[in-house]
Amino acid sequence: MTSADNKDKQSLYKRLLARVMAIGPLTVVGLFVAGILFWGGFNTAMEWTNREQFCISCHEMKDNVYQEYRNTIHYSNRSGVRATCPDCHVPKEWVPKIIRKIQASNEVLHKILGSIDTPEKFNAKRLELAEHEWARMKRTDSRECRNCHNFEYFDYAEQGRRSARMHQEGLNGGKTCIDCHKGIAHHLPAVEQSIGAEKNGAAPEIFHPPVEKPEGAAAQAPAKSEEGEKQEK
Amino acid sequence: MKLSLPLLTAVLASLLAAVSLSASAADPKPVVESLRHADIKAEVNEGDIYKYEKDREPIPREYVQQPPLIPHTIANYNITKEFNKCMDCHSWTRYKETGATKVSLTHFKDRDGKELSNISPRRYFCTQCHVPQTNAKPLVGNTFKRAQGLN
Repeated sequence: MTSADNKDKQSLYKRLLARVMAIGPLTVVGLFVAGILFWGGFNTAMEWTNREQFCISCHEMKDNVYQEYRNTIHYSNRSGVRATCPDCHVPKEWVPKIIRKIQASNEVLHKILGSIDTPEKFNAKRLELAEHEWARMKRTDSRECRNCHNFEYFDYAEQGRRSARMHQEGLNGGKTCIDCHKGIAHHLPAVEQSIGAEKNGAAPEIFHPPVEKPEGAAAQAPAKSEEGEKQEK
Repeated sequence: MKLSLPLLTAVLASLLAAVSLSASAADPKPVVESLRHADIKAEVNEGDIYKYEKDREPIPREYVQQPPLIPHTIANYNITKEFNKCMDCHSWTRYKETGATKVSLTHFKDRDGKELSNISPRRYFCTQCHVPQTNAKPLVGNTFKRAQGLN
């Protein structure tokens, strides 16, 4: 480090000190404390809206999706480790969280309008709402799932034979959690399976989105279909 | 000798039990009880004491027209009018990707014998015939043997 650099730094420090003295040291400390208080208050208020109890304080949630969620493993399970509403629906990282919270103002508007305040109204909108969440999960590579379920640390020896095979095939084939795991915490909207009358449900290509296969995957495909034929009854 | 209170209660309780037992033994009425040897009036709530068997290869049939058993757990696999979870793997459009057994062609006929392009709505509720297995032991013995042609 040259002496010129040192001088520059010293003069910068001096200028800063002069600025502080001009504003008044008390004001500076006061602003700093006010900043902490504001930040703490802001975060506390935001976290207050990030609780299961807050989420189900409206009928839209409590009478519809919450009731469905109560029968699933994320609500109740042998060890009591739970994933509540915000764990899946609100990002943990700060910037995505703020973006999602701002988007939620639209949900407040529809709360006031009463767009989905009865099970009938909710079910009429279920497909659209579900597709929004599927698209969001897909876009972020199922980030909220991976906050807890890190597939880098999957122990395939501990998984069932079906899940171990499907997880390895799917993850190697570029799939993300939501591509298969839909409807795990809430009822599914109608899904087209071409059985009986049409249901105006989710189309097959939306329910099981096609994945661009990486190089070499195409060569394995015929072998797999043969295996399928073999199992035919 | 000084008797403690719990011991005293235990002795009293066993005396009472002995008296009531001898009373019922003297009763000539036939004993009516459930297969689990519980009183028929007693509420028996077995709950979820049985566990689904672990995933395994398809289970061979025991007789010719047997609906194949489900060799995996089906906990939280719902069949509703909106969605049939079974068909998400076992349908003809899905079985190749999932490696599941595909649905039998016999399920494609409607009640008038007309062939459909997918399973008939009358076959929609898979678990009416196809059932998973649990670790429950048979309640009573039996002499069932696999059909000869399937051995």
